[in-house]
Amino acid sequence: MKVLMFGWEFPPHITGGLGTACFGMTKGLAKNNVDVIFVVPKAFGDEDQSNVRIVNASDITINLDHEKDRMYWNRVQYMEIGSNIIPYVGVEEFTQMVETGSNVYENFRGNVFAPSYEFSGRYGANLMEEVARYALIGSAIATQNDFDVIHAHDWLTYSAGVAAKETTGKPLIVHMHATEFDRSGENINTDVFAIEKNGMEKADVVITVSNLTRQIAIERYGIDPQKVVTVHNAVEPSEKTVLKHDGSKGKLVTFLGRVTYQKGPEYFVEAAYKVLQRDPNIRFVMAGTGDLIQKMILRAAQLRIGNRFHFTGFLQGNDIDQLFSMTDVFVMPSISEPFGIVPLEAMRSNVPVVISKQSGVSEVLKHALKVDFWDINALSDAIYGLCHYKALSDFFIKYGKEEVENIKWEHASYKIKKVYESLLS
Amino acid sequence: MNRSICFYFQVHQPFRLRTYRFFDIGRNHYYFDEYYNKLIMRRVAEKCYLPMNDLLLSQIEKYKSKVKITFSFTGIVLEQMEMYAPEVLESFKKLIATGNVEVLSETYSHALCSINKRDEFERQVALHRETIEKHFGVKPKCFRNTELIYSDEIGATVADMGYKVMLAEGAKHVLGWKSPNFMYVNAINPKLKILLRNFRLSDDITFRFSQQSWSEWPVTTEKFVTWLNRIPDNEEIVNIFMDYETFGEHQAVSTGIFDFMAHLPEAILTQTNFKFATPSELAKKLQPVSAIHVPNKMSWSDEERDLTAWLGNALQDDAFDTLYKLTEKMKLVDDEDLIRDWNYLQTSDHFYYMCTKWLSDGEMHKYFTHYSSPYNAYINYMNVLSDFSECVDLHLKTKESTKLKNNLKKQKK
Repeated sequence: MKVLMFGWEFPPHITGGLGTACFGMTKGLAKNNVDVIFVVPKAFGDEDQSNVRIVNASDITINLDHEKDRMYWNRVQYMEIGSNIIPYVGVEEFTQMVETGSNVYENFRGNVFAPSYEFSGRYGANLMEEVARYALIGSAIATQNDFDVIHAHDWLTYSAGVAAKETTGKPLIVHMHATEFDRSGENINTDVFAIEKNGMEKADVVITVSNLTRQIAIERYGIDPQKVVTVHNAVEPSEKTVLKHDGSKGKLVTFLGRVTYQKGPEYFVEAAYKVLQRDPNIRFVMAGTGDLIQKMILRAAQLRIGNRFHFTGFLQGNDIDQLFSMTDVFVMPSISEPFGIVPLEAMRSNVPVVISKQSGVSEVLKHALKVDFWDINALSDAIYGLCHYKALSDFFIKYGKEEVENIKWEHASYKIKKVYESLLS
Repeated sequence: MNRSICFYFQVHQPFRLRTYRFFDIGRNHYYFDEYYNKLIMRRVAEKCYLPMNDLLLSQIEKYKSKVKITFSFTGIVLEQMEMYAPEVLESFKKLIATGNVEVLSETYSHALCSINKRDEFERQVALHRETIEKHFGVKPKCFRNTELIYSDEIGATVADMGYKVMLAEGAKHVLGWKSPNFMYVNAINPKLKILLRNFRLSDDITFRFSQQSWSEWPVTTEKFVTWLNRIPDNEEIVNIFMDYETFGEHQAVSTGIFDFMAHLPEAILTQTNFKFATPSELAKKLQPVSAIHVPNKMSWSDEERDLTAWLGNALQDDAFDTLYKLTEKMKLVDDEDLIRDWNYLQTSDHFYYMCTKWLSDGEMHKYFTHYSSPYNAYINYMNVLSDFSECVDLHLKTKESTKLKNNLKKQKK
């Protein structure tokens, strides 16, 4: 069995959990004897390719005279991406574009057809353009390769998935790692919403990463519950044995993730303040960056906890392992988290975790303290308890590790394989 | 009537911090960017200190005691000269040996401790006095505080420490209709005379010298002399105070700043009734006209001439309070490395980098910082401070336990 998979990022070049999840999933599929052609917009060349064949979308040449591509491009237009709103363009920049009288739609279309166009491979200002271009390439790749099913990850690749389905007639699975409601709260980008909705409607099966996300797909996008399946994410077993840093210098509490609204960083800062009132020897770390980072730094300074509350910026690879090896409590206070893979990585490194009830991962975890994201008191209480009551933390470390070692991608990928098989029979 | 003009130049470089990451806390106790500090010291030495010292020396040789200059050096700039540019230190020694140069007293590490920590302030000043005497063989008689920070209270403290003269900013909001061109006294202790900076004429050189959009550009010695002569006859002194790095560093050699300075003494001596003087000479010579009331602290920095370049936003206040919370503990510390770091960490520049006032003086602030944002400056400083306070605690703990052991031994004997 062979899958044509559309992604947006792949380790080591990642901006979020999607890349990590795709990596684990493809490995798991390989173990279940499933071949994968993984398409990413821009391969940097140093991705781990032992389990997957990475096709760099920038390498595919498109013959624009090809009738099928033309045909497909007409569909793209029909998909309403070309409206005058382009996401991630600042208000000022956008106004400027309108004022100078340049027709955004024309520019948009013009760029998409420019032959020297290159995918940047990062979420950027001309994201929609890249999405449309990616879709165009999707159908080209589909006609040039042999496979059984199409699997597209998150809205950025849905158009490509749909295009591939329409040119080949092969079944399509779309995988919801996050919804627009998770990313933006109630102020959703309607174009993104439309792409998500269209992708799920055209798909034969929708896979969601948690029941929480499944509910959103059904209730807010109106998708038929019959074709929405939950497959929880998993975590790769750690190959490294990381030595635990001795706790002689006081306990360390860690937040790791994008510092954005969705992740609830402010609850972490406020809880840190409360805990420090009681025990000034604990240290807090906020690892990651995002649009709320300056606000968080300023808030920590206002609360006068700057010498106990540290910011590391964006971390990758070894730095994350090192941070976990020093950490005594990991906190994920997400306001809305479709899944949330990081607590599993923490538990794998023998770190007890506190997670919000509003996260998908709380559906699968038993050995984690769960609190409502807004309940700062409960959050501080949990942090304080895990720092001070050894029996509690020992318990969580021991059983947490056991638990997380059984949440394997091999199992998750097996469920995904079953989904493929159901579509082929 | 003979009037006086006083040129005072500030010489200072901070020990800039290296990128000190969270992971370094508890593992690496060296905080300073040796490469970068050396780079800057070498650059400033070549562009400013060496050529400008030569220029001043030749003027003094030419006009003898008719040309007088005043300098203030921070202890930490002298340390950096010793390490990275010993020839600069030698050339300053030569200048001072002419006897026509006065050296001022200040804090050792360009610290802000005069604001809230009198003990630490006195310790820093004493340490600075020692250093100046060691290098130049002179005992400073006149005081200048970090960034010319001054208030009635700080003045009174300085008077208690035995100084007779202190320099301050001639800030508009303090002077009102009064002129900076007279001798004043401290409002609490009238024994302390106060010299005020003529910010207009000083800034004409420091900031506006190469500003082509300014209607008076270019500044020539003729123009400058005209401005001096325009000052009413009854006004006795003009105080030109500025950073020494103005010459060749802030104002590049291409602006003609060196030519201007090479001809200025002659122009002043021949075309005006101003004579060069140093603060101590002025203190002996002039009678004060009145007390100057400065209830709120002022400085020579930014449009506001207050402390907001270093303190006031949440980042700066947190860093400042966290630092000075260590004051009492530091009195017990006898480890040389820790005391060195304690001095270096007090340098006002660290707080300047955390400033978020981008409107009026943003350009100035951007010029002086090596951080990409004030937030990064804060994070880096706090990481360093966290490690430093851990080191202090560890040191005191060890000290305490050895003391206990020794006492036990004595008892056994």
